[in-house]
Amino acid sequence: MTEEQKERYSRHIVMPEVGEEGQKKINKARVILVGAGGLGSPAGYYLAAAGVGRIGIIDHDVVELSNLQRQILHNTERLGKPKVESARQTLESLNPEVSVITYQERLTAENACKLFKDYDIVIDCSDNYDTRYISNETCIHTGKPLIYGAVFRFEGQAMTIIPDAGPCYQCLYPAPPPPGIVLSPREAGLFGVLPGLIGPIQATEALKLILGRGELLTGRLLSYNALTMEFAKLKVQKDPHCPACGKAVKILQS
Amino acid sequence: MSITVKVPASLSHLTGGKKTVECTGDNIAACLTSLEAQFPGIKDKLCNEKGDAFGFINVFVNGENVRYLQGMDTPLQEGDELTIIPAIAGG
Repeated sequence: MTEEQKERYSRHIVMPEVGEEGQKKINKARVILVGAGGLGSPAGYYLAAAGVGRIGIIDHDVVELSNLQRQILHNTERLGKPKVESARQTLESLNPEVSVITYQERLTAENACKLFKDYDIVIDCSDNYDTRYISNETCIHTGKPLIYGAVFRFEGQAMTIIPDAGPCYQCLYPAPPPPGIVLSPREAGLFGVLPGLIGPIQATEALKLILGRGELLTGRLLSYNALTMEFAKLKVQKDPHCPACGKAVKILQS
Repeated sequence: MSITVKVPASLSHLTGGKKTVECTGDNIAACLTSLEAQFPGIKDKLCNEKGDAFGFINVFVNGENVRYLQGMDTPLQEGDELTIIPAIAGG
């Protein structure tokens, strides 16, 4: 570790739970963010600040004015630019040591394995059910930890999914709502600071995984309400009949 | 028997903006019937025609998911807290 690195990460290194060894683990870690929006912005920002060696970002969108109320990686000057480009610029100026790899495309069942292949941890910062179920299934099949987060109006959720060791996203929500039954944030709104709480909780889980420290949110759904300022941890169990991670899937694969 | 029900933001337009409501009932099904009587239309957002919770809805009693207890037949006691957590997808 160079003198500059020792200085940059000194507040980490001084803590026995991290130390120089832990910081080296962070510097070698490879994390991919699915989405560079409300959740991906603060999650990515803190992971870059912490010195995560390689950060992948998947997002097919461009920066829009209505994004800037919460998506802090982007700014007014970058309206119309691809979000992944804007994100890369912000993260590299914060920490030039971090290698930011961008994928300006939509995550699909076809490309997910390939996109996740070079990464150790996947963080689900997406904004739709299709992408969430694809991320979950791909992580189950490839054995990669997945850190789920979602936000709506004043409420947020987070859970850490370790394949085989605990419940997955589909154990929690066996089926998505049919289209049209629930309102999207575009229609119902989203409190701007809310992803600023949930995204960093996802980043915290990723860093704990990298360091092998603390207790993860596996089998526990963290539910946060900004209006009542309540955090609840709700038990989630592994569903033996889960279509994504249940026994039947295992038998089919073997 | 009084049960406190925590209603998620996505359904609070059906409870006149109330995020916590009081219901009665000695099991989940009865409690949801009491909720429906107070706020017509809410049960259709939570349960299918058979009366089971949709796959994108989780109902917890004092932090335990009723799917792993006795589902809609899970008994309730005075003072229990029911939390309804729907899937949300915003990012």
